Amino acid sequence: MTMNTNPFRAAKAGIAALAIAGGFATTLPAAQAEGTVNIYSYRQPFLIQPLLDAFTAKTGTKTEVLFLDKGLEDRIAAEGTNSPADVVLTVDIGRLINVKEKGVSQPVDDAAINSEIPAEFRDPEGEWFGLTTRGRVIYASKDRVAQDTITYEELADPKWKGKICMRSGQHNYNLALFASMIAHHGEQKAEEWMKGLKANLARKPDGGDRNQAQSIFAGECDLGIGNTYYVGLMINNDKEPEQKDWAGAIKVLFPNSEDRGTHVNISGMAMAKHAPNRENALELMRFLGSAEAQAIYAEANYEYPVLPGAKISETVQSFGEIKPDSLSLADIAKYRKAASEMVDRVGLDDGPES
Amino acid sequence: MTASSASTPRSLPRIRGERHIAALVGSVIVVLAVLLPVATILLVAVSGTSEEWPHLLRYVLPQSLGTTLALLLFVAAGTSVIGVGCAWLVVAYDFPLRRLLAWALVLPLAVPPYLAAYAFGEFFHYVGPLQSALRALFGFTNSRDYWFPDIRSTWGAALVITSVTFPYVYLTARVVFLMQGRNIADVARTLGARPWRVFFRILLPVARPAIVAGLALVMMETLNDIGAVEYLGVRTLTLSVYSTWLNRGSLEGAAQIAAVMLVIVFLLLSAEQWARRQQRFHAARGTQMHVRPPRITLSGGRGLAAAGALSLPILLGFGIPLFVFGRYVMRRLYQFADPQVLQAFLTSVAVASVTAVLTVLLALLLINAIRLRRRPATLLLVRLASIGYALPGTILGLGLLLSLAWIDNTVDGFSRSFAGFSTGLILTGTAASIVIACTIRFLALAESAIRSGLEKLPPNLDQAARSLGKTANQSALTILLPLLKPAILTAGILVFVDTVKELSATILLRPFGFRTLATHVYENASRGAVEDGAVAALLIIATAIVPVILLSRPLMGDRNT
Repeated sequence: MTMNTNPFRAAKAGIAALAIAGGFATTLPAAQAEGTVNIYSYRQPFLIQPLLDAFTAKTGTKTEVLFLDKGLEDRIAAEGTNSPADVVLTVDIGRLINVKEKGVSQPVDDAAINSEIPAEFRDPEGEWFGLTTRGRVIYASKDRVAQDTITYEELADPKWKGKICMRSGQHNYNLALFASMIAHHGEQKAEEWMKGLKANLARKPDGGDRNQAQSIFAGECDLGIGNTYYVGLMINNDKEPEQKDWAGAIKVLFPNSEDRGTHVNISGMAMAKHAPNRENALELMRFLGSAEAQAIYAEANYEYPVLPGAKISETVQSFGEIKPDSLSLADIAKYRKAASEMVDRVGLDDGPES
Repeated sequence: MTASSASTPRSLPRIRGERHIAALVGSVIVVLAVLLPVATILLVAVSGTSEEWPHLLRYVLPQSLGTTLALLLFVAAGTSVIGVGCAWLVVAYDFPLRRLLAWALVLPLAVPPYLAAYAFGEFFHYVGPLQSALRALFGFTNSRDYWFPDIRSTWGAALVITSVTFPYVYLTARVVFLMQGRNIADVARTLGARPWRVFFRILLPVARPAIVAGLALVMMETLNDIGAVEYLGVRTLTLSVYSTWLNRGSLEGAAQIAAVMLVIVFLLLSAEQWARRQQRFHAARGTQMHVRPPRITLSGGRGLAAAGALSLPILLGFGIPLFVFGRYVMRRLYQFADPQVLQAFLTSVAVASVTAVLTVLLALLLINAIRLRRRPATLLLVRLASIGYALPGTILGLGLLLSLAWIDNTVDGFSRSFAGFSTGLILTGTAASIVIACTIRFLALAESAIRSGLEKLPPNLDQAARSLGKTANQSALTILLPLLKPAILTAGILVFVDTVKELSATILLRPFGFRTLATHVYENASRGAVEDGAVAALLIIATAIVPVILLSRPLMGDRNT
């Protein structure tokens, strides 16, 4: 057992050396460098990269993105005054309001941004700004669903028994939809509705929104709940061409377009409380609200831009006109917790009782 | 085998004047560091109000506690049967492909539960290959035409977790069967006992401590899993922690549920202690390891049946993930040249290596403390050090984030006021926080691997060295350490593999531009495009396989396996 003859020890020494070299090379913080803006993002890097590339090309300011899917606000709060975060990007109104409530954002009052983003899509104190909207719509089977209009309320109608698919009820997108149901109908009626929805499920809530289209394509269900932009992503997915088939099997129904309108949620941004690169952050925020960036959102991500008059992608236009529910975003956020508790109470995520 | 209970006279006889304070102080520091995130979480838990509790008690806890216990039970049953059964077949019988299978049974360890969950979800899904084939075969047109078990259920999660964790039990059981069982078994057989009787009455009791040690790892891995249960929609306690924290904005409520989980962890650890009580089986002489009576040869159909039975868990835990990700990878081979993936790979290897070395050193420190000071207090300390393994990564990560950021900001504050410059976030702004998180998390793994190695050594080695005039430290360095080399290597490899697979703490704590294979997969998975992470997923499995293969060699323990 001498040292030189032991391959493991040699391997280990090698690994250790590599580790020390590699470990620290990758950890040097690029945080406070000049000409950089640091982004903490709940949005996937893939979705925002085209925008950030355009921003860097235009201004020369580099971007650093840290993607988190949980605890972003807690992290900024813990980092305190030393936090490298400049800008927070997120989806879902609940999370935007959470950023404000946890005290990790700062007010921004900028004439350019305020002229770009309509007042209903931003915080009155300027602690957050909406960038895009997306409708929570119904995917319906082209073959098996004859009707071309639908309401959310109708999802509890026993005629759909065993025919509805959805993702987890505890997901942000569904919670916001349920919160809007509570806002419109009150907690009691909303709970009855949710029980009806549960009874109509074809299976346990599962997957992402795209998987609901996949299930309709495969014949597992006739209706699915999903966001508008996923349909665009599926239709134009060249890497996974089978997703085109999924999208081809469904039609997009905008619920309640004949009464209060379709539930919409937003994605948005906020400036971090202790942003070390405040000027760059402001520059980025102005850019994200500009016509140029809004067009990228619409074209590449199939979302609805908040900038009035910005062009919507042709794919999205082909779904038809959306009439957004005029309920205020703050109201939706207010009932989020109640919605989450209701999902537990009803046992929505346990699926239909069979 | 063992020396883990206080009644076992494994420690050195006390020598007057030797108090080994240094060893104690060292281990106290390690344990305090390990307990830092736990204490932080408990602090958050008590700082909150109890306003969440009516809801939690009524709608969340009973259900999720039940699900968690059921999951633990299913996984325990599954991994024991598979792990022990495979170990026994491999050790006692000879049949076609035995050597290959004996080795391949370790492979599922390379697959993280979250990847396995995804692969199983795909494979067994309504639109997956299996059900599609069934429909084509029998002419079904929709899900109401036939019954198919839902993988997104408690039993499905149990199947997934069992499939990738049974090697823990297999490995530990196998070593005991190899090292200790044979001699006793041979005696029993010469006395006329039938093989089954030998197995159940002699070998299983002898192997119990080892099996329990393996099972304890499995149980903790089950308890801390979030990726698999989240994907499969199984509402365990861990998942409830998440929805309370993220959807109802109550960090305190989440911490309170986490505290409930800690109780389960303590129960598990005590159960482990209890099951391992007063077990002392040592291989009296090292040479016995190399003397092995021939195996019973299973011929023809029985041999094939044995080979088939052993292939099944390999196909589940390794075959299905490989199949699912392999199919995606075929479409995007170019990603292997993607600099991002390459960088993620290097980062993963680097972080895992640093963590493995650090963790093993700390584990050795703890074990030496037990060796020198066998007191209930020392034992309790070391037990406490393993708690990090059972905590869900996010909870651990959150506890660390809060405490390390506090340390960072305090250091920064001091430095600003006294030295006039800012140190920034030394720990949370760098990969140090991730190394710390993984070290805390996997210390139990290293400690248990090295401890079981130590327990296999005859105790009189140490005593002989001491009586020949070596000091306690000399004896440790010159006698024990070289003999423990396989165990230390095992420990390092286990930590390496688990660090490569680690996701939830990493994603919460990582600094800018820090990307590991696991976070790369996750970024893609979280936008519903796991297929784009398939290359990184396969790289995780491949990175983990290399050490797993290395691991299986010394653990197999001998040349004639």
